[in-house]
Amino acid sequence: MITVLFVAFAAILVVSSLLVILHRSPVASAIFLVLAFCSLAVIYLLLKAEFIGLVQIVVYAGAIMVLFLFVIMYLNLGRDVESGVTIALRRGLGWLLGAVLLAEGVLFLRHGAALGPEAPPPLDPGLGNTQQVGLLLYSRYLFPFEITSMLLLVAMIGAVVIARGRRARVEAGEAAAAGPAGPAAAGEEDA
Amino acid sequence: MIPLSWLLALSATLFCIGVVGVLVRRNALIIFMSIELMLNAANLAFVAFARHLHSVDGQVIVFFVMTVAAAEVAVGLAIIVNMFRLRETVFVDEINLLKG
Repeated sequence: MITVLFVAFAAILVVSSLLVILHRSPVASAIFLVLAFCSLAVIYLLLKAEFIGLVQIVVYAGAIMVLFLFVIMYLNLGRDVESGVTIALRRGLGWLLGAVLLAEGVLFLRHGAALGPEAPPPLDPGLGNTQQVGLLLYSRYLFPFEITSMLLLVAMIGAVVIARGRRARVEAGEAAAAGPAGPAAAGEEDA
Repeated sequence: MIPLSWLLALSATLFCIGVVGVLVRRNALIIFMSIELMLNAANLAFVAFARHLHSVDGQVIVFFVMTVAAAEVAVGLAIIVNMFRLRETVFVDEINLLKG
């Protein structure tokens, strides 16, 4: 039963991610990406990683894809025009390189390269998956977890500064022109 | 019980689709989505090995990868928005401001 479900959702995952890169309309690509993320979440659930599966839906299919769709609609993009000799050449080369990479991976797996034996199941501590992840996250991985908060803060500031754009920054510079550094700073940021 | 090699094959396929997407498409947004696909392929491999080794550490790593992906998308989309403001395009081969 689990195997059947896995094969079905793996097929959905592969087809929808192929459609992501094949579809000409960015909005359709984003919707197919949501489908791919949702089927990947089901595969995580089948692998007994319940916490990761739900976080996948909330963070990826929810937050990240909303951001993508928001930007696509903000930029008001139409369908991509992809024609011309260079583009066709590059497309052929891209598919060729991807196929070579995949063949390499399949060859690697066929030779059973050192996957190692399955570990013996641990003594059941009677904890749920989320509880286990939480215990590990706040003990062994506490320092990386704290670093993560710094990363998110930096990303947030960076996104705001970059997306605010040049005009807003110049206006802010003019508003601060009373200070001696105001115009100089605005001029620097023009670059 | 799903064999580990099936999961790794699926992960490899997903990663290769992402690579092809980056190589083939010109739209910066689609290239970004392809990068997300590759990150998810790595996540799938992590979860597969976490189950194989009966260890939760792999799932914790996936959690960190998701955080990095969220940060990357926020900054990357801001760059794309800014790029569109400057050049009115999202096609990466039309962005040649730094070309010598």
